[in-house]
Amino acid sequence: MNKIVKIVFSTIVLTLFYFIWTRTTSVNNILVIAGLGLFVSIIYRNYLRSPILSPKKIAYAIFYVFYLFIEIIKANIDVALRVIKPVIPINPGIVKVKTKLKSPMGRLLLTSSITLTPGTLTVDIDGDTLYIHWIDVKDKEESGATEKIVSNFEKYLEVIFG
Amino acid sequence: MSWNSLLGSIITLLGSIFLFLGALGVYRMPDLYNRMQAGTKSTTLGTMLTLLGIGICHYEWLGQVLILIIFIALTNPISSHALARAAHFKGIPLTAKSVTDKLKEEESKAEVL
Repeated sequence: MNKIVKIVFSTIVLTLFYFIWTRTTSVNNILVIAGLGLFVSIIYRNYLRSPILSPKKIAYAIFYVFYLFIEIIKANIDVALRVIKPVIPINPGIVKVKTKLKSPMGRLLLTSSITLTPGTLTVDIDGDTLYIHWIDVKDKEESGATEKIVSNFEKYLEVIFG
Repeated sequence: MSWNSLLGSIITLLGSIFLFLGALGVYRMPDLYNRMQAGTKSTTLGTMLTLLGIGICHYEWLGQVLILIIFIALTNPISSHALARAAHFKGIPLTAKSVTDKLKEEESKAEVL
């Protein structure tokens, strides 16, 4: 039952993307693409994620997108201010942080978010340990770096991915 | 000139300014990892804003542009993460200004064991 929900959800998403991309109005086109989308979804049935349905998680996800966008803008202003100075103010290094997230999807989003936020770039991940290149190291120790880099995102991702 | 093409042009200009600053960062930063920091962040926002400006100028393309923005936001950090990881395992050194390298310490511990 759960698998059928996943396949139907994936088919709908694929068809929707095709519809937005081509803006087709012909019903035959959409039916053919829905069939193809179903075929592809059945092939990948073991790799699909179940859709997030609880309203609280959806609200957190929407809020997270806005929060991430603001962080991306801050990161760009940060880089811009650094590169236009005569002597680039950097204090770089690779620090180690721990994450509490368990699900692979949550960890993927966490590392991607860290890469997009001011001054940090994920270099390696090993289980629950992340190695992060930090352009301006404020705390070399594991606990302090975790507090400064990871905990802001973890608050939301913990709710979204459980 | 209508308001939406004016707004779209301003947003596209902002995007290209961020792309230019990113390129300047890639040129000026001292080592590979700092260069990738500048490259990743500015290409993400720069490309997003440039595409969004086009979408506002020609609003019939807004749907396609939004899909492109989603794909860029999902794939750009992963590609830069893969490049940084490969560079570190190849042994490309950090700049002399660097204060700490926990990943290298971890690797040398593993070699001793």
